[in-house]
Amino acid sequence: MENIVFLAFRRMRRPLITLVLTYAIAVLGLTLIPGMDADGNPWHMDFFHAFYFISFTATTIGFGEIPYEFTDGQRLWVVCSLYALVVVWFYAIGNLLSLVQDRSFQQAVTERRFTRRIRHLREHFYLVCGYGETGSALVHSLTDRHQHAVVIDIDPNRVSALRLDNLREFVPALCGDARRPLHLLEAGLDHPLCQGVVALTNDNEANLKIALTSKLLHPDIKVICRADSHDVEKNMLSFGTDYIVDPYDTFATHLSIALYAPGLYVLQEWLAGKHHQALTEPLYPPSEGHWIICGFGRFGQAVDKRLRQEGLQPVVVEATPDITGVPEGTLVTGRGTEADTLREADIETAVGLVAGTNDDANNLSIIMTARALNPDLFIVARQNLQENDSIFQAVDAQVVMHPSSIIANRIRVLLGTPMLYEFMSLAMHQDDTWACELVSRITAILDDELPEVWEQVISESEAWAVSQSIESGQVVTLGDLLRNPQEREHRLACIPLLMLREGAWITLPEEETHLKLEDRILFCGRHLASRRMSWTLQNGHALSYVQTGEARPQGWIWRLLQRRKQGQGSVDE
Amino acid sequence: MNPEKVVFGFFIVLALTLNFGFVMGEMDNPAHHHVYELFAVVVVNLIATVLKFGDRTQMGAVLLATSLVADLQLLAAVLVWAMAEHVTGSGLTPSVMASIVSLTGGAVLANVISVVLLVIETVMLRR
Repeated sequence: MENIVFLAFRRMRRPLITLVLTYAIAVLGLTLIPGMDADGNPWHMDFFHAFYFISFTATTIGFGEIPYEFTDGQRLWVVCSLYALVVVWFYAIGNLLSLVQDRSFQQAVTERRFTRRIRHLREHFYLVCGYGETGSALVHSLTDRHQHAVVIDIDPNRVSALRLDNLREFVPALCGDARRPLHLLEAGLDHPLCQGVVALTNDNEANLKIALTSKLLHPDIKVICRADSHDVEKNMLSFGTDYIVDPYDTFATHLSIALYAPGLYVLQEWLAGKHHQALTEPLYPPSEGHWIICGFGRFGQAVDKRLRQEGLQPVVVEATPDITGVPEGTLVTGRGTEADTLREADIETAVGLVAGTNDDANNLSIIMTARALNPDLFIVARQNLQENDSIFQAVDAQVVMHPSSIIANRIRVLLGTPMLYEFMSLAMHQDDTWACELVSRITAILDDELPEVWEQVISESEAWAVSQSIESGQVVTLGDLLRNPQEREHRLACIPLLMLREGAWITLPEEETHLKLEDRILFCGRHLASRRMSWTLQNGHALSYVQTGEARPQGWIWRLLQRRKQGQGSVDE
Repeated sequence: MNPEKVVFGFFIVLALTLNFGFVMGEMDNPAHHHVYELFAVVVVNLIATVLKFGDRTQMGAVLLATSLVADLQLLAAVLVWAMAEHVTGSGLTPSVMASIVSLTGGAVLANVISVVLLVIETVMLRR
């Protein structure tokens, strides 16, 4: 990149020197050729006027013969130098302009500007490589929560698409190859505020290279990778990639949770959902009976495996089993878009259908055909492209799964609230009644929007009053934080979900728990509750009010007065 | 022999010699400092500057810097001259001449540094 700038300067040499020389000769000539002033006396033009005259002649402006009318000798010289100057001027200007328009030069300038912008970032940010379906969904959900991101993509169209996207925060984007360490560095890989690298390109090798580069150049940041094959996953794990997301496995797990633990599914959807979204109703899919899976690609295979683990015997409909492989169970050859194949797969007796091909039009067609044959089906639709959102909503399937947004959401949770990710993993080991109970507890405190989830650490900067109180030996319980600092009898609309203390995880910590310094607590609840709670956390008076119910006098004088009053009281006694 | 180096060296040395020649003479005497000579100094200095564009080395950067300094000094001298002759109409009084010569004298120093650097570079290449 630096080379380009130097090369540009080097290429400017010839036009500039030509320009300087032609000007010099023309100016010199004008001063040497004798002229005549208004009275007919011999007169020589001076350098000042000569330069003035040549300057406006060269740019073809032409103010006339200044300061006196020229003699024929002067005119002869001016005619010659005029043609030379105009030609040279256009040659030099044209050369400079073509240099500026040069593509590699432009790219160098953009990169330099981008690098400078990244260097001046003053907020924590994540580096997202690849702005495809998943990448854009991730950037959208990050910026919706006011987190910052920097994007690299190899495709200039996607980079310009990003500029048109209506994002809440400014997202700098570089059009470049993320496999090249130079581009990763330019995008801020070694920036001290870079929190993590997310490799979401559709090329396994590229993701691998990005993970490797990031781990070597900035070892203590989080690296999250997408990998489609187990081979690459193992390779990435071997050098310490923090999280690896396999879209198909993730999706299949998601589906099986929806089928077998509806409570847990709702819990996940709520906690990881977007802000200000309406609450979703729990689903109760049939977990027994005859299921049909259309499409046996990587996605269908993952679903099939998962359903088999749960004890179902799904029938697979696949058009090209010789390419995708043959399933363990029954196979019906065909696309599933026509009634014959679906009938062959016993659609009339089926309870559920998974439309899981990699073509949205086919999936929709499968759903429409199947509905006509059996209106009571529970339908799971796979949506491949974001742009088909509206038609998937219109087809009204019970579950629409968009792998890109599922992965994006998962990564967003990982990056934004790592404790929530841990909570979800811990919740997977609980049974569904536990989840249903928690869901009903959450429902009780919410109005009709999804809960907000936030992490709170008990530290000097995040909870000044509480940490002071603990340091002075007083006891602060978790229950104290849950009281409303305006009216201590009331409780704040939030629930503590998880606590991290000295490396140990405590799910749903008790209210009587005594807080310690450096405890981390994950809360979910209304947005208002988080703001109220920060009063208790930071303000000593609010804290003592929620603990004792007394409003302590705040100023120095009032405190003095109260102390005297107390002193007198004790004397009276 | 590299023709590029010849042209390069030629202009840098010529810039110094012309500049020196202009400064020579009594400082405040207009008869000792000819306007054509100043014109030649400005043109040659500009060319020398352009020739120094696009050199990646540290030496190239310093050479370019000295040339820019010389240009700046000469430009100031030319402006003073033009102002005295055409704007204020005071003509070339000894004090004006002295300030023109002292400005170009500064440019001489910058050009001397240029030439010294050039010589150092050449010597280092020899070794």
